[in-house]
Amino acid sequence: MIALSLGSALVDGLRDAVGISACYYALASVGLNIQFGFAGLMNFGHVASALVGAYGMSISVNEGLPLWVGIIVGVVSGLVLGLLLGIPTLRLRADYLAIVTISVAEILRVVVNSARLQDITGGPIGITGVSKSFKAINPIPEGRYGVGAWSFNQNDLWTMIVGWTLVVLACVVVWRLARSPWGRTLKAIREDEDAARSLGKNVFVMKLQALALGSVFGAMAGMITVFDGGFVKPEFFVSQVTFNWYLVVILGGLGTVFGAPVGAVVYWFVISLFNSVLTQLIGNESHWFIDSTDTGAIRYIVVGVAVILLLVYRPQGLLGDKHEALVRDR
Amino acid sequence: MTADGPLLSARGVTRAFGGVTAVDVDELEVRPGSIVALIGPNGAGKTTFFNVLTGFERGDGGEWRFEGHDLTGKPAYAVARAGMVRTFQTARVFPRLTVLENVKLAAPDQRGERMFSALFPWRWREQDRQIEERAAEIIEWVGLGPKRTDYAGTLSGGQRKLLELARAVMASPRLLMLDEPMAGVNPALRQALLEKITELPGEGITVLFVEHDMDVVSSIADVVVCMAEGRIIAVGTPAEVAAEEAVVEAYLGRSHEDLRSIHPGGLDPTHEFVDGEDG
Repeated sequence: MIALSLGSALVDGLRDAVGISACYYALASVGLNIQFGFAGLMNFGHVASALVGAYGMSISVNEGLPLWVGIIVGVVSGLVLGLLLGIPTLRLRADYLAIVTISVAEILRVVVNSARLQDITGGPIGITGVSKSFKAINPIPEGRYGVGAWSFNQNDLWTMIVGWTLVVLACVVVWRLARSPWGRTLKAIREDEDAARSLGKNVFVMKLQALALGSVFGAMAGMITVFDGGFVKPEFFVSQVTFNWYLVVILGGLGTVFGAPVGAVVYWFVISLFNSVLTQLIGNESHWFIDSTDTGAIRYIVVGVAVILLLVYRPQGLLGDKHEALVRDR
Repeated sequence: MTADGPLLSARGVTRAFGGVTAVDVDELEVRPGSIVALIGPNGAGKTTFFNVLTGFERGDGGEWRFEGHDLTGKPAYAVARAGMVRTFQTARVFPRLTVLENVKLAAPDQRGERMFSALFPWRWREQDRQIEERAAEIIEWVGLGPKRTDYAGTLSGGQRKLLELARAVMASPRLLMLDEPMAGVNPALRQALLEKITELPGEGITVLFVEHDMDVVSSIADVVVCMAEGRIIAVGTPAEVAAEEAVVEAYLGRSHEDLRSIHPGGLDPTHEFVDGEDG
C-alpha cells in the first residue's frame, strides 16, 4: 500500500532547492535581510516590491516595449516604491512602517486585481506571454540537463542561471556594504537610533537607503518569477509570501550576508521533500484524519515546527553568530 | 567668533509639557576650555534642557548658538556634526557591535558611510585605517584596551559609560555634553572617569555635564550652574554656588533652623512635606 521512495523525495527536494522558486525567495529575502536584518526595519509588505517589479516589467512588455526597457521599468518601480513607503514613515516609530507596508502591499494587490484595470493589468487573469523575448535570447540548446530525475529543461536552466547570477550579484553588494562603514552605521541604527543620531548620523537617510535597496532586490525577484512562467497574476503576491520570506531570513540568519540564499534553499528543500513524502504516503487515499488535499498544509506545519526548534536551539539561524545573537541589551 | 566669546550661548530657552514649564532658561553661556557642571534637584529640567539644546526634543522658544552658528531647532544629527556631542543618562552603546566598532563608527565625515562609495573599498579603506588607529588610541585612553574585540553588550554599566565617553570623543566634538557621567559607575571606575573628563579641555574639548554628586562637581568643575524648577538660579565657582542660599534651598527645602525657631517643639509635619518636595 505504501510505496515510499525516499530517493525520489530527495530528488524532488533537491530540484526545488535550486529551482526558480528558491531563487525568487533568495533574491527577495536578500532584500528583506538588508531591511530587517541589517537596518531593523519591519517591512511587512515586502511582497509589494516583487509585485511592482513583476507588473512594471510585464505591463511594459505587454504594451510593446522591448524587454530591457521593461526590466528598467521594473527596477525603477521597486526603487520608487521603497522611497514612497519610506519618506512618510521612517521618521515615525517602527510600528508605523509595519502598518503602512502591509497595507500598501494589500492595496496594490487589490488594485492590480481589479476589473477596472483589466486593460492594463489583466485583472485577476494577469498578463501572459511576457517571457517570449527572454526565452528567445536563451543560448542553451534544447534538451534536458542534470543527472537522472534531477534535471531541468533549457528554459528552466536559463532562468535559473540568470536568477542565481542575480542572487550572487546581490550577495556581493550586501557583502561589500555589510563590511563598509555604511553597514556598520546601519547596524548601529538598528541597535539604537538615538545614540546614532547623537553621533551625527543621518538616521532617516540611511534607513531610506536600506529600504529602497531592499525594495529594488524585491522588484528583481518579482521579475524572475515572470521570466519563469511567462505570466504574472495578483495571487502571486499575497501577504503570506512576505512572511515566508521572514521565515527564510530568520532560518538563514538575520544580518548575515549569505543567510537569505541559504535559508531559501533549505526552505524549499524541506517544503518539497515533505510534499513528496506526504504525497507518496497518502496518494489519492482518503483517511478519516487526512486526505490528499491536506498535504499542502501539512508541509507548512512541518516547516513551522522546524523553525520553532531552530529558534530554540539555534536562535542565530543557520549562519548567524551565536555570541552576537545572545548579546542582550541590559 | 572672537577668542574669548562664548562657545555655546543660549537665550530664553523654554519647554513646557502641558501646563508644566520644564525648562525656562533666560541665559546660559559656556566659555571654551572650561568644565561646566549643571546641577539641580531631580526634576529641575537639566536633562530636558540638554535634550532641547541637542535637538532630541523640540524647544518651545528661545535660541542657541554654537561657535556663532545658530543651532536653534536643528535636528540631533546636525547638532552633533556642528561639534556639540552628547551622551545619555543611561549609557547607550550599540550592544551587537564590538567596542572597536562602536568607537570607529563615531568618526565624522566617513567616506565609506556614503552608500555608493561603500561599495568600493578602495575609496574608504585608507581613511578607515586611520580611524581605526585613532579609535584604538581612544579605547586605550579610557582603559578598555583589553575589551576591544568584545561585543559592547557584554560590558558592565561602568564600562559602558567609558565606552560612551570614548565614542563621543571620537566624534571630535568641541563641546561634549555628558548627562550624568557618574550614574551607575562603581567607585573604582569613578576615579578613572573623573580623570578622563579633566583631561578633555587640554584636548580642545569643552565639557558641560549634568551631575548630582556635589563631591564630583566641586572636584572637577570650573563653573557650576544650578537649575531648579526649570530656571537657572545660580552660576559661579563650586564654592560660590554651594554657599548660595537659593541652591541650598532648592536641594533641601527652606532651612530647618528657621522652622525650628517658628515651632520650638519640633518640625511641623505639613511644613516638612511641602518644603521637602522636589521641584
